[in-house]
Amino acid sequence: MTNGPFVRSGDRRLAWAGVDVEVTRLPGIGTKQEFVAGDGRRIGVLTHRDGHRELLLSGRDDPDACVATIPLSEAECNALGTLLGAPNLVAQLQDQQREVEGVNTAQFPITAGSPYAGRALADTAMRTRTATSIVAVVRDHVVSPSPRPDFVFEAGDLVVIVGTGEGLKQAAEILENG
Amino acid sequence: METALALEELGALFFGLGVLGRLAGRIGISPIPLYLLGGLAFGEGGLVPFTGIEGFTELASEVGVVLLLLLLGLEYSASDLVGGLKRSWLAGIVDMVLNATPGAVAALLLGWGPVGALAMAGVTWVSSSGIIAKVLSDLGRLGNRETPAVLSVLVMEDLAMALYLPITTAVLASLGFLAGLRTVAIALVLLVVVLVIALRFGGAVSAVVDSPTSEVFLLRVIGVALLVAGVASQLQVSAGVGAFLLGIAISEDTAENATRVLSPLRDLFAAVFFVVFGLNTDPAEIPAVIPVALALAVVSTVTKVGTGWFAARQAGVGSLGRWRAGAALVARGEFSIVIAGLALTSASIDPGFAPLATTYVLLMAVLGPVLARVVVPAHTAVTSRRRAVT
Repeated sequence: MTNGPFVRSGDRRLAWAGVDVEVTRLPGIGTKQEFVAGDGRRIGVLTHRDGHRELLLSGRDDPDACVATIPLSEAECNALGTLLGAPNLVAQLQDQQREVEGVNTAQFPITAGSPYAGRALADTAMRTRTATSIVAVVRDHVVSPSPRPDFVFEAGDLVVIVGTGEGLKQAAEILENG
Repeated sequence: METALALEELGALFFGLGVLGRLAGRIGISPIPLYLLGGLAFGEGGLVPFTGIEGFTELASEVGVVLLLLLLGLEYSASDLVGGLKRSWLAGIVDMVLNATPGAVAALLLGWGPVGALAMAGVTWVSSSGIIAKVLSDLGRLGNRETPAVLSVLVMEDLAMALYLPITTAVLASLGFLAGLRTVAIALVLLVVVLVIALRFGGAVSAVVDSPTSEVFLLRVIGVALLVAGVASQLQVSAGVGAFLLGIAISEDTAENATRVLSPLRDLFAAVFFVVFGLNTDPAEIPAVIPVALALAVVSTVTKVGTGWFAARQAGVGSLGRWRAGAALVARGEFSIVIAGLALTSASIDPGFAPLATTYVLLMAVLGPVLARVVVPAHTAVTSRRRAVT
């Protein structure tokens, strides 16, 4: 029965964006969702029955125990999600394109008044009109990388675009005013 | 004048309990042992004899048991229980065999007969889910990998109580074999029916009690709980079991609201329950049972650590985690007192039972959390010494 420290004992497993997320019910307490990071430590979120959440981080010496259990408020959860999610993606892309002269990355919101809120990505004809590429869309802190032409925008989406300075300016104009 | 005196006594009682509860929080232990001590200090043979409020406190302590078990049932969904049963039935059986035996053997050695043995077995068997959940949360161990194993053992115990309590009630009432069998059959059928209802039509039970106004909701939940408890009590299934099953049947959203509105009431009435149990115990009888209680504490600590160790091993947890799980489970508390309280209602129980149960729970409710804390440094010290030797 002792299969080393990384036996999966969770009730359910989700593969989410290539990461194996293990979901465990804790009767009377709540639900634990966690995954094993590259260095072998578990990172997880414990959602209590009353909705409050704790960030869990397991130890290196004893992978069964948690070295940190940090209670997070709703706002803190969102802040952490944003820190790890959207801007990081833009920073990453900018980093990658630093080598390439003249290419930039920027993110633009789909505002409620945008003509493309509720319409497909293909309708923008972005590449034809501005020679830029839409590389990702961020919605509710969830990143959809390489959205397909039939991806439908919603007001509040953040669109991550790669292109020249001039192209990006035009792209912003298109997303705002059509 | 009588009412005035009763109010003063009740006021003094609750205020005193509040002081004790604060003290318990300060020194980081569960308030249950201090409530028991409070009960010992007052009443029969104690420092201040209370007169005139027995009618209220007796009924309030019954309500306390109903609320304790109702909230326990509310904590678990039926799928938790069925899932726990599927995954941890073996740990549950190991738990029962290892931990019910010390109590039963002690009672038999003391010459309390099979009835006393059955009741004492329950006292040493069941861990305190209240104390343990608090300790795990305080020590930041809720996210640990051994914690699901610990919680599964608690779930199995609570589920087993739905059968153990009716059996014990029947035996204590010396109903005879056939009538006893009928009670157990009723309990078993009720348990299955409740689990099926909760899994399939959880919304129906919730609809009976649910209401957007918290005042109406509170009255309905309490009303239904007491009704169910009363009927269960008449069927000899025991009031607590009825409340526990009702708690399970109430589906999750409603259960959360019910937990929120009922928790303060549970704290109030359960405190009265512990005090009344202490009140009914004569402190003068305690010194005589201390040796037995200590022996029982030592043995049942070892067996409980073994249980947790086994359950965590089943879940594939490493060495230190297994010891943590074992130590976490040691605390006994509210359930042991519920069982002991049930036993006290029977004439066939030896008068030494209440003092022994009280002393035992006092020891275990304090020892459990302490052990849970020191197990990690102790384990580290032992393994490093072993490493130094080899």
